[in-house]
Amino acid sequence: MKISSRNVNGVEIIKLEGKITIGSGDSQLREGITNAVKEGKNKILLDMRGVTTIDSSGIGELVGAYTTVTNRGGKLKLIGLPPKVSDLLQVTQLITVFEVYEDEKEAIASF
Amino acid sequence: MERRAERIEITISSRFENIELVQVIAEHLCEHAGLDDDASHWVGMAVREGVANAIKHGNQLDARKKVNATFALKHDRLEVEISDQGIGFDPGTVSDPLNPVNLMKTSGRGIFYMRTFMDSVDFVFVPGGGTRLIMIKTLNGKPKES
Repeated sequence: MKISSRNVNGVEIIKLEGKITIGSGDSQLREGITNAVKEGKNKILLDMRGVTTIDSSGIGELVGAYTTVTNRGGKLKLIGLPPKVSDLLQVTQLITVFEVYEDEKEAIASF
Repeated sequence: MERRAERIEITISSRFENIELVQVIAEHLCEHAGLDDDASHWVGMAVREGVANAIKHGNQLDARKKVNATFALKHDRLEVEISDQGIGFDPGTVSDPLNPVNLMKTSGRGIFYMRTFMDSVDFVFVPGGGTRLIMIKTLNGKPKES
């Protein structure tokens, strides 16, 4: 998985591209979130538009990322959920946990 | 057109990078059997989760241990068997990921996804070690003409 980040109006947008699956991408996501939090970033928007595949391990990492950020008083939101990622969050009822946006400006303004 | 019976077997070493190989076989067989893209994807996902469990929880990431996957395409269903060489585990000990107290756990959703996307999921403990996962997907669509 490719991971990159940029900051817009104090919101750290972390772009994930490729697979977030066991042994491939899951640990990168964890590392990316840990580093952002260490750097004091507490408004994090995960850009999911480029995610091609996710499995239960990747879903678990999303949950872990959410917990890591919120436990430090921050907020983590999602943008651009691919339909199949959305389906996996739906069936496990995790869709009720995450704030999900389609429009980047709207997502940034929501923090 | 009558669906042609197929049987495919693959054995992999316990490495995560091998999971996709088994997943691709599952998806390809499903498409061949007439399932649409979405249904094929979800069967592949269930197989992915089963193989990942076998590697991680069954064989404890020991690359010397093997995971065997068998696909039997029959006229009305796809039967998938995934076996490992581990000590076996009791799926009854896996907590319900939909229970609010478990909602924010970072693991424990693999079996739930398997049960969601397949019509039947059973675990059998093999005497002498290992767990055999048996999953069935009922096929309603017409097979693809070759």
